[in-house]
Amino acid sequence: MHSKKAPLGLTIAAIGTLLFLHVPMLIIFLYTFTPDETTYTFPLPGFTTKWFGVALQRADLWRSLILSLQVATVATIAALILGTLAAAAVYRSNFFGRESISFLLVLPIALPGIVSGIALRTAIGGFDIPFSFWTIVIGHATFCVVVVYNNVLARFRRTSASMIEASMDLGANSFQTFRHVVLPNIATALLAGGMLAFALSFDEVIVTTFTAGQQTTLPIWIFSQLNRPRDRPVTNVVATFVILITFIPIFLAQRISASSSDTEGENK
Amino acid sequence: MTNPSSTPAIRFNQVSRHFGEVKAVDQLDLEVIDGEFFAMLGPSGSGKTTCLRMIAGFDRPTSGSIYLYGQDVSNLPPYERSVNTVFQDYALFPHMNVGDNIAYGLMIKKVPKDERTKRVDEMLDLVQLKGFALRKPSQLSGGQRQRVALARALINHPKVLLLDEPLGALDLKLRQQMQVELKAIQKRVGITFIFVTHDQEEAITMSDRIAVFNQGKIEQIGTPAEIYERPASAFVAGFVGTSNLVSGEVAKRVTGSDQTFSIRPEKIHLGTSNEATPAGMVSLDGVVRDVIYLGLYTRYLVEVAGGIDLVVVEQNLKTTSMDVLSIKGQKVKLHWHKDHISRVGA
Repeated sequence: MHSKKAPLGLTIAAIGTLLFLHVPMLIIFLYTFTPDETTYTFPLPGFTTKWFGVALQRADLWRSLILSLQVATVATIAALILGTLAAAAVYRSNFFGRESISFLLVLPIALPGIVSGIALRTAIGGFDIPFSFWTIVIGHATFCVVVVYNNVLARFRRTSASMIEASMDLGANSFQTFRHVVLPNIATALLAGGMLAFALSFDEVIVTTFTAGQQTTLPIWIFSQLNRPRDRPVTNVVATFVILITFIPIFLAQRISASSSDTEGENK
Repeated sequence: MTNPSSTPAIRFNQVSRHFGEVKAVDQLDLEVIDGEFFAMLGPSGSGKTTCLRMIAGFDRPTSGSIYLYGQDVSNLPPYERSVNTVFQDYALFPHMNVGDNIAYGLMIKKVPKDERTKRVDEMLDLVQLKGFALRKPSQLSGGQRQRVALARALINHPKVLLLDEPLGALDLKLRQQMQVELKAIQKRVGITFIFVTHDQEEAITMSDRIAVFNQGKIEQIGTPAEIYERPASAFVAGFVGTSNLVSGEVAKRVTGSDQTFSIRPEKIHLGTSNEATPAGMVSLDGVVRDVIYLGLYTRYLVEVAGGIDLVVVEQNLKTTSMDVLSIKGQKVKLHWHKDHISRVGA
């Protein structure tokens, strides 16, 4: 089945789709090296790496980058804890309204960011909570929890329920069972979910716009650069950096969940 | 507790387990003797697995008490009972190798590493899996996983070992081999084994005593021979092996009472219609309706006066397929020994 060559039309369509998705990113990458700071001319009028140096000098850029990393880290940790607990509750017990809770947990990722954003802003304003680092984290956690929850729940559903019973049968209490049996079994799901959550948080613009006070996360910083055409190559440098920092965890997450589902298939 | 061997390994005192309206286990009394191989046999939904889960501690009785060697364990969590379980799906830990799986109970009890390794080796020896310690469960066959599950439970020296449909997932050949092996292992370790099965042949092959479950109650407890030869109820007669149930007018003609009785197909002798009835035997006239030749033996369906069909099984010791098939439609006389009749009540 796999040895058969794909028809020409399909091949062209596949290549076309990939180009459509990735050529814009290549353009950004290319113009990080242009000496001409205001226009996009092709071929490049020359080659320079000076914009990397310029980017390094920008204190506002560094502040935004560090803030974004901090927000993503804290939001991911919160998501890992809350998402795992929610998944465990939904998987293990059969309580009234379980399906509704599952649905409500997944909803934030489907809801347009603009709606989540305005809702959060209204709520945060309504409770008189000052907009800060923590309000950004709360905003991000709403969709990060979903990613972890989905990953962990899927893993729970593939794990044999009698494994937990077996552990208790062999003398382990709930805590020991969690540490020696449950955690190792969901570890790759946590890693994959966590990295995805991190990547989602790191490049979030819409919800952040509504939940941030004076803080500027990296995506917002990039957004603000649109009004300054002279800084365009610096923005390109940052964009390239963001692509890399997002690409690596997503790539790893995919590899991890693909390989662990292979071995679990064997167990069945 | 002066003489431990006289204390039952497991005692159920009026144990019930209700799931909503369903009485999965209904006021059950049961004693399992120390050191025996005990089978809980019954169809699915008869309450046998619920009983096993209550002994293990995964489930608690709605009412009544369960005693493990005299100690009331009804409300103890699984990890505080000296009972271990071999699960139907084995429930091996996929992230650990075979050695770590087997050592799990000892690791939790913080047994030093040297002793753990030593005891794991002993266990691997017992279940004939020497040299498998570093394999992952996913690299094992079904039969090997079963052995690992057994070793993982036995290494803790439980007072009672529970086995939930232990051979259900294995193919026929392997199942028959494991039946013999399980029995041998139980003899060697001397631990009380309680196993749940719906396979009557398995129960008869392996166990010292069998409890036949039906609708949350025990229909009969006895040795395999007692259960087979003297079924106490129509349900037992029908569930364990095949049986002819005779009632009403025909029963009255044979035994003088219209109480239903059971007679096993192989106990019935198929004779010619003019044959005299030997002493101590009862007899019935009938017509052979159907003959099924099965190689080792032949199964006859004989309609006796009164309209009841009886199944008769005879070994093909001297007869050939031609001989037995020619009997179809002929008049015959059936006789069997009075002692082989079991009254099974209404």
